[in-house]
Amino acid sequence: MGGVSTTRSALGALGFLVGVYGAYLLLSRQDLDQLLSAAIWLAGGVVVHDGLVALAALGLVALGARLLPAAARTPAAVGFVVLGSITILAIPMLGRFGAKDDNATLLDRNYGLGWLGIVVLVVAAVLVASVLRARSGGRAAGPATGTDVEGDPS
Amino acid sequence: MTPSPPPSRSSRSPLPDGLPIPSEDDFTSRLRSPAVAARVGLWLGISFGVCFLTGLISHYAQNGNQPIPFPASPFWGYRVTQGLHVISGTAAIPLLLVKLWAVYPRLFQSMPWGNVRAMAVTGLERLSIAVLVAGGVFMLLTGLLNTAQWYPWSFSFRPTHYAVAWVTIGALVVHIAVKLPVIRDALTGDVEDTTHDRPSAVETGALSRRGLLRTTWAATGIAVLATAGSTVPFLRNVSVLAVRTGDGPQGVPINRSARAAQVTMEEGGAGWTLDVVNGEGVATSWSRSDLEQLTQRTETLPIACVEGWSASAEWTGVRLRDLLDAAGVPTGTDLRMVSLQKRYAFGVTELQGNFADADKTLVALKLNGEDLSLDHGYPARLIAPNRPGVLQTKWLTSVEVI
Repeated sequence: MGGVSTTRSALGALGFLVGVYGAYLLLSRQDLDQLLSAAIWLAGGVVVHDGLVALAALGLVALGARLLPAAARTPAAVGFVVLGSITILAIPMLGRFGAKDDNATLLDRNYGLGWLGIVVLVVAAVLVASVLRARSGGRAAGPATGTDVEGDPS
Repeated sequence: MTPSPPPSRSSRSPLPDGLPIPSEDDFTSRLRSPAVAARVGLWLGISFGVCFLTGLISHYAQNGNQPIPFPASPFWGYRVTQGLHVISGTAAIPLLLVKLWAVYPRLFQSMPWGNVRAMAVTGLERLSIAVLVAGGVFMLLTGLLNTAQWYPWSFSFRPTHYAVAWVTIGALVVHIAVKLPVIRDALTGDVEDTTHDRPSAVETGALSRRGLLRTTWAATGIAVLATAGSTVPFLRNVSVLAVRTGDGPQGVPINRSARAAQVTMEEGGAGWTLDVVNGEGVATSWSRSDLEQLTQRTETLPIACVEGWSASAEWTGVRLRDLLDAAGVPTGTDLRMVSLQKRYAFGVTELQGNFADADKTLVALKLNGEDLSLDHGYPARLIAPNRPGVLQTKWLTSVEVI
């Protein structure tokens, strides 16, 4: 890439400086134990996402492609993206890990019930859409083969 | 779809044979494309930008040292910026998950082994991506946990969240600089365009590209609706995952209880006075009944917490400026607000002169028509416009000229 534009070079340099300032802030204001904990959480996020969340998503999508009838695959994929992200988001509330017995105003909902409500609504929508797609003769349904695959499901 | 690789991989990298590491080419979905990644990335970048700017505002508002004074108006300003901060961060969670899914094959990109210059360029780019992903995940995760007051780590939340924000935004700007031509092509081209696709990304699946994008927007919208009721009153009945219903003693949630701060009712009893200390040993004192004799004002002001929840309420008490006038404190004077609280930070905070002089700034005695409950700061608390909740000093005992 011989002609990297000045805009891009300037942008890259700016980003680098901003990042270095952040690294300085990070390293200069806490003791070593705290920095170690921050480093573990920084690296841990990547490891958990790339090694666990991404693999779980791959596995579940593969399972769906094998088990679900063709008419259900598109609605199920939509439901999976919605419920997957909402469920990850809901973990701190569902577990009530931050709840304090001297403060009834924090985490003051029935989160299990709320989450279940979202699940029921989404699953119902997926079922209705699947039935509609099956009735319309599969024309609207997605192709019968898998979605993203290293290895044919056949 | 199992991540087990086809057998002929060893030619591409010097990794030992049989190690179950896939290559980029094993990912065949045409959804994992720059056309998708750039569109999701655009909104993810916008949400990170909103988070960064509103975060800077919040950080500055909490700073004791403010070369340019944080404004005391509009009174709802901090409620909006901090609400936006948390809403935008929440919206970014589905966006980040889909974005990372779309670019996941790049994790297994092979190194240009042998060519030192190419290796350095690729290595640097991948390092910047590693910083961006680590920072992005860290920011959303720690922010989310902070809203639920869950701190399973030993670093200090505020300085770390603040520092990593700068690192993440820096890495994001570098990423945009590196990818600018691809981003430009992807965003100006059709969503079905395949110019920049990996050669193996050809397989159609259950979702079209448009379908995945619409699904992502829907997931983002649902994430916001499910949580934003913590700060948006009309969403309270919809936000089943909001960390606060917005209800509490006297109709307002609390963040730190009197028990946690180790303040008792006795301390705010007959012996309590509010002292305005204007220089060494020169104090003017009021008991609670003295304060009740003064002109009472009622203001509708929000409590807006850094954790993103907020609630509006009607506060009644004495205008702080009236007390300062009685004590001979000139306008524009910075003050130190001292609480009875014995535990936790923010027991002593600074109140800049422009806040001290604002008409809406009260030493509140009542909340929504009732005497303040102990958890809301009985016998008296500060309530000022456009101010982070942690700085609305409860159990106020003295106001000192700095």
